[in-house]
Amino acid sequence: MSRATSSLPRSAAAHAILILYTIIALFPVLVVVMNSFKARNAIFRAPLMPPTTTTFDTVGYTTVMAQGDFLLYFGNSLTVTVVSLFLVLLFGAMAAFALSEYRFRGNTLTGLYLALGIMIPIRLGTVAILQLMVASGLVNTLTALILVYTAQGLPLAIFILSEFMRTVSDDLKNAGRIDGLSEYRIFFRLVLPLVRPAMATVAVFTMIPIWNDLWFPLILAPSESTKTVTLGAQIFLGQFVTNWNAVLAALSLAILPVLVLYFIFSRQLIRGITSGAVK
Amino acid sequence: MTQAPAPARRPFRWHIPVLLAPAVLVYSAIMILPLFGTLQLSLFRNVEGVRTFVGLANFQTLFGDARWSASFWNALWNNTWFFIIHMVVQNPIGVALAALLSSPRLRFAAFYRTAIFIPTILSFVIVGFVWKLILSPLWGVAPNLLDLVGLKSLFTPWLGKEEYALTTLGLISVWQFVGIPMMLIYAALLSIPDEVIEAAELDGVTGWSQFWKIKLPLILPSIGIISILTFVGNFNAFDLIYSAQGALAGPNYSTDILGTFLYRTFFGFQLQSGDPYMGSTIASMMFVIILAGVCVYLFAVQTRLRRYQF
Repeated sequence: MSRATSSLPRSAAAHAILILYTIIALFPVLVVVMNSFKARNAIFRAPLMPPTTTTFDTVGYTTVMAQGDFLLYFGNSLTVTVVSLFLVLLFGAMAAFALSEYRFRGNTLTGLYLALGIMIPIRLGTVAILQLMVASGLVNTLTALILVYTAQGLPLAIFILSEFMRTVSDDLKNAGRIDGLSEYRIFFRLVLPLVRPAMATVAVFTMIPIWNDLWFPLILAPSESTKTVTLGAQIFLGQFVTNWNAVLAALSLAILPVLVLYFIFSRQLIRGITSGAVK
Repeated sequence: MTQAPAPARRPFRWHIPVLLAPAVLVYSAIMILPLFGTLQLSLFRNVEGVRTFVGLANFQTLFGDARWSASFWNALWNNTWFFIIHMVVQNPIGVALAALLSSPRLRFAAFYRTAIFIPTILSFVIVGFVWKLILSPLWGVAPNLLDLVGLKSLFTPWLGKEEYALTTLGLISVWQFVGIPMMLIYAALLSIPDEVIEAAELDGVTGWSQFWKIKLPLILPSIGIISILTFVGNFNAFDLIYSAQGALAGPNYSTDILGTFLYRTFFGFQLQSGDPYMGSTIASMMFVIILAGVCVYLFAVQTRLRRYQF
């Protein structure tokens, strides 16, 4: 095939740059996780050394386990993220299909209206959202968070998905129509499977801000039973700021589940991206 | 939108509203109505416990009152600098990484891609704290590292110095988010059909000139989208500064951006009590700024970008 595109020195240089950047990206995380397994003295004396048998200590983890209810927080975060993500993808794809497929009066206007939310951060409406949740009795429930995150994720999802849906061939859909498929079936059976790569991309960009959000859990659901991991970690870190063992252990515990989730998810994402390109 | 004359009255296409309804309803109720509620609140003020309509008086205070306007312009300038750092550091690095990653038959590409994206998935709370620990003079990770390359004398507590703190935070944010432009550009580069690349190679356009002359023009729309997403994200930023420097955005407000300024005004801090009306006023200004940026993008940038359909 194309020999011109690769040569040994060039690919060595590419690897060197990528390795360097990978180290930059991973180093801070590694340092924190490594030191969370060390005794207090060793943390300060040799922060760059991995734990050895003499310096190994899990006192930080025992402190964290004795204090916060991280398992509950993790469950809350997971519920909120998964449910919101599902709703964003479903509602977003439905609306994107309607906007990209049909010509009807008010199409452009609806599209613009829905796109407003890409540029306007939902946070600017926080007071009124809080009033709304108080009025409907949803304060300190996960439902409040799910509603807010669904609204927050929809605009970008609709925008990206409708761009992709315009690329789905008309012939295919018309063939479906001639075969007597209803518009709903065309959407669920023909179009949705074809835009799966785009859905994976949208899912990542929707999921990250939801999982990491601090603002809305703090305002809408700060009670003990509805705390998310991010909020729980923030409060814990604030309280234990001088206990380095506990802080490092808490940070490692907060990083770990996200990493696991990411590794499960990234394979899907990458398969999505590449299959979209091969098509 | 007059199409070909409709043969007979078409039956009402119920599926269109059905498909649109869930998204439009949730979005309107949770996002748009509260947003306008907040804009409306900026026209009111608490006068002896009663909500009173005061027109634009809150905006007059924000720009006329020396104390308020100093805070506002400080936050706005800091925010602009924060954005500039992202545009000149984050996006070029993201494009470069994506270009390297998409080179054909690169081994371990999946590993690099996965590893470089990791910081992006971490929450601001984690990132803020991790970097605070690493840059802390108390712990000594950063000075030790600089010592390895013989530059220990360069170390100062960057987050604690007025002149460095904001830039440091900007770079931390870049470190965290470089994965997003990388992934978007990477996907765009992969979607360039092989025929285009092969045609370029037959014409002898390879390597760097292939990237500049063939690939870059094709991914310009993606770069445009990334730029506007960065702009909106930066002018709405809050969490990182809050996690690393607290609501006071120290030292001496040198890292104060619009998000933290809004938060302090809104919920109060130390001795000053929160003021939802002035908070709404600042939120409205942020709204105007973001809207202006987006309009510039939509009307001046996007219309000039050529899109290629394969």
